[in-house]
Amino acid sequence: MDAKRYELNVQLAQMLKGGVIMDVTNVEQAKIAEEAGAVAVMALERVPADIRRDGGVARMSDPAMIAAIKKAVSVPVMAKARIGHFVEAQILEALKIDYIDESEVLTPADEECHIDKTRFSIPFVCGARNLGEALRRIAEGAAMIRTKGEAGTGNVVEAVRHMRTVNREIRQLVSMPVEEVTGFAKSNGIPYELALKVKELGRLPVVNFAAGGIATPADAALMMQLGCDGVFVGSGIFKSATPAVRARAIVKATAYFNDPAKVLEASMGLGEAMAGLEIAAIPKEQLLAGRGW
Amino acid sequence: MSRAGANPSHSTVGNAIGVLDLQGDVFEHLDHLQRLGIDARPVKQIEDFDGLAGLILPGGESTCLARLLRIFDIEPVIVRKYHEGMKLWGTCAGAILLAGSLTGEAPHLGLIDIEVQRNGFGSQLDSFACEALIPKISSEPVPLTFIRAPKILHAGEGVEVLLRIEDFIAAAESADILVTAFHPELTGCLAFHRYFAAKCGLRPRTEEAAFDPSWNMTSWTRHARVA
Repeated sequence: MDAKRYELNVQLAQMLKGGVIMDVTNVEQAKIAEEAGAVAVMALERVPADIRRDGGVARMSDPAMIAAIKKAVSVPVMAKARIGHFVEAQILEALKIDYIDESEVLTPADEECHIDKTRFSIPFVCGARNLGEALRRIAEGAAMIRTKGEAGTGNVVEAVRHMRTVNREIRQLVSMPVEEVTGFAKSNGIPYELALKVKELGRLPVVNFAAGGIATPADAALMMQLGCDGVFVGSGIFKSATPAVRARAIVKATAYFNDPAKVLEASMGLGEAMAGLEIAAIPKEQLLAGRGW
Repeated sequence: MSRAGANPSHSTVGNAIGVLDLQGDVFEHLDHLQRLGIDARPVKQIEDFDGLAGLILPGGESTCLARLLRIFDIEPVIVRKYHEGMKLWGTCAGAILLAGSLTGEAPHLGLIDIEVQRNGFGSQLDSFACEALIPKISSEPVPLTFIRAPKILHAGEGVEVLLRIEDFIAAAESADILVTAFHPELTGCLAFHRYFAAKCGLRPRTEEAAFDPSWNMTSWTRHARVA
């Protein structure tokens, strides 16, 4: 992609700031999400909680299903490709969706390489657990970053860990004399030029959303107060007892994340949240956040 | 809720420009306004509307913004302040919120007589940048950034077309409202913000050229540092 196309892609992500991106698995859910005020929807056949339950290999969703959702809503539509699976990404680009998520929720297709995103015109969002991972993805052409969290658990602890880690590393970089940046970049696997940019800006140069385990309005507001620019909610909405009500509540809490009275209002009477999983209770080989590097 | 309503004869128009801060590219607008030396602030709560000469409804997702305007009862406040003299400018999603009619759906604030088609171009792959001469705004060509932009299809009585491109209207204004389908806040050009400030009766710094050479793609991030 040329530089102007990359700018437009980064700027589309800027339009999503303060918003909630919701996982949907069919047209009906997509319409509920749009009506609730989602800034975009993520079209996929199974939400992460079901992928986790079913096991096996998780791949890109059927393009026919993604196309049906694209037709049904006017908000941007995202879809997931497997890490490193550049042909799935080519298919999604040919489908003319708005954003590709190169996602650890699907089974990686390549354990050594992520997709060279500079070869595409379509924007990419990628997950990151720390600053190095975020900047490696940006160097590869990602226009937007999100925490990995631990998808499909309804447990926000890993998303918090990832956001705090990124913030801590940014603080270290900001307070560091320039001559120490080379060593910091080397030991954290960070591209040097991008390290200098982050040091200057005091944050990532693109938007950084929360993702992975967000299940309540309070979870969303927590991630926003930690400095995220917006929120992805995967299983948290359509695995809850009252999806439409919860979707609206999370939208409210994300917009007014700094206003406890409004987050309180949003938290009232939502019915049951999705069942949660404790991270320590998940067998290590079933953790998703460790996929990619 | 209606503090100003208790004293309707008192004009509450002040000398600040607010940017509606519910969702979208709020920081980008604040950054441009501050470059012109304008008292600019995010507007989120009902009391934030006091003392505004103008309000910018930014880019973002119009369905999300419309829903938040409604559930937090902000719609009537904007309408009231508008009737009290507060000027309005909608960019992209903001223009959709202000439109008197929307193709195939019910309008939201409905304050300017234009018909708008949401997402008029297609997917993100159809987003584009170009430039055009808009004599009323600047003597130099203005860069235009269209991101999943709406098309203004029709402008009614009392609405002046500022820029027409092929089959659609890209910018228009009435006496008190400006609408742009594109995003001047995503470029280094300050001309539209200066024009809106003047429309609000403010006197923005005019010594700068239309383009601020110190602006770049990441200028907005200074409003959202984490360290």
